[in-house]
Amino acid sequence: MNDVLDVALRLIIVFAVFMVVPLVVGQTEHKVMAHMQGRLGPMYAGGFHGWAQLVADGVKFAQKEDIVPAEADRRIFQLAPAVALLPYLLVLVAIPIGPSEGAVGQVVDAGIFFVLAVMGVGVLGSLMAGWASANKFSLLGGLRTAAQLLAYELPMLLAAASVAMAAGTVSLPGIVNAFEWWWLPWQIVGGLVFFVAGLAELQRPPFDMPIADSEIIFGAYTEYTGLRFALFLLAEYAGIVVLCGLTTVLFLGGWHGPLGADGLGWVWTLLKIAVLAFVVIWLRVSYPRLREDQLQRLAWTTLIPLALAQIALTGIVKVAIS
Amino acid sequence: MTLAAAAAHPGFLSPTGIEIAFVLVGVATIGAALITVTTKQLVHAALWLVVALGGLAVEYLLLTAEFIAWVQVLIYVGSVVVLLLFGLMLTKAPIGRSPDADSENRWAALGVAVAAAAALVWVVVDAFRTTWIDLDGPAHGSTETTGAFLFRQWVLPFEALSVLLLAALVGAIVLSRKRSKEQS
Repeated sequence: MNDVLDVALRLIIVFAVFMVVPLVVGQTEHKVMAHMQGRLGPMYAGGFHGWAQLVADGVKFAQKEDIVPAEADRRIFQLAPAVALLPYLLVLVAIPIGPSEGAVGQVVDAGIFFVLAVMGVGVLGSLMAGWASANKFSLLGGLRTAAQLLAYELPMLLAAASVAMAAGTVSLPGIVNAFEWWWLPWQIVGGLVFFVAGLAELQRPPFDMPIADSEIIFGAYTEYTGLRFALFLLAEYAGIVVLCGLTTVLFLGGWHGPLGADGLGWVWTLLKIAVLAFVVIWLRVSYPRLREDQLQRLAWTTLIPLALAQIALTGIVKVAIS
Repeated sequence: MTLAAAAAHPGFLSPTGIEIAFVLVGVATIGAALITVTTKQLVHAALWLVVALGGLAVEYLLLTAEFIAWVQVLIYVGSVVVLLLFGLMLTKAPIGRSPDADSENRWAALGVAVAAAAALVWVVVDAFRTTWIDLDGPAHGSTETTGAFLFRQWVLPFEALSVLLLAALVGAIVLSRKRSKEQS
């Protein structure tokens, strides 16, 4: 009975994190973008600096009519937001934030593979939405999503493989346990490649071609309204949390920090995730959107060679120190 | 490898929870695979293929082959099916039925499928009739065991396969370049 209770409790906590943290990132995005552009952002909802704006947005989305276009493929159209969102919830279960047993939803033996495999499934949601909407803009968005996958999948896997080689394990807590401070300069190239490829996976600026609002309205999500649209937005913010969490765990040493490694390790993890999430938002307001072919060029002529060089470097250092 | 040795072990389908789950997932996987090859809606076929491949990954998990299961999801669900959908989006696949989605090879395909399935089932049953996975001990399909097995005992076939894939890659590049030169 105790086991059941333990599992249930962990799942509830992960679910709560999944519902709250992406909203915090969303609200931060409102405010950070506003201040970087010399304006205030939403200020009225809830009183203090408009803290309840996202709650109000949620209420608004829930009240909107849920419309399915007449020509659309109904069932796939309705299923797509769930397929886009659920993988990130599953991935969150496996990300450790502290050194103890209780600081991870579930230890997965092949953690890196689990995380990258399940994250990859989320793309299907965008593709289903793009095809089932029976809308040319949606179809273009879906095509761009699939084309983007060709660019980011390989560098992301190669960069993650480099860390797994360095740590000698594919379990996420195992990788953070093996972390030493000098891994930071050693794996920095891999870390950058992973983060950039991750941005492309999340379709965040400067890689937001699949949803480019000034070109193809809102890509695969053009026909969506109400809660289903909100689920796609939630998937994007949950994706930011997952990507920053993974980058922290794989490349920035998770709960390792200059002090307080024993009891307060999880504070370091959360701090690093927060800083990375800030960088994701920062990039959105500072870079113009790339074209799809420019992303392919970036991926195949820069990211993949860098990732391969990183793997070679990892192998050489690993052999030299053993 | 005798029947007597097989009889000393628990039956093929002793109704423990895992085996019941295995059979149920297997039935769902076969059902999804059947719909994949019989439906007239092309994109639905690709999505049912996702269900079939995902079901296979669950079967690997139930057989304690965790590493294989995640690789299955990563390669087939995350990449191969996405490429398939990408290809379908470039065609004029309509929403709804494609009336001409019939290669008229139905019976030949069925024959090949039944023959292949029979051969595989026969080989696997004959080879592993008396092999039993001990679910209580350390996992046999963990990444560590699979890795050690792959790179100690099977490293030569592994390398041969990677050369084969490299050759395919180079071949694909050569083919695509030649065609674009003829066009220009």
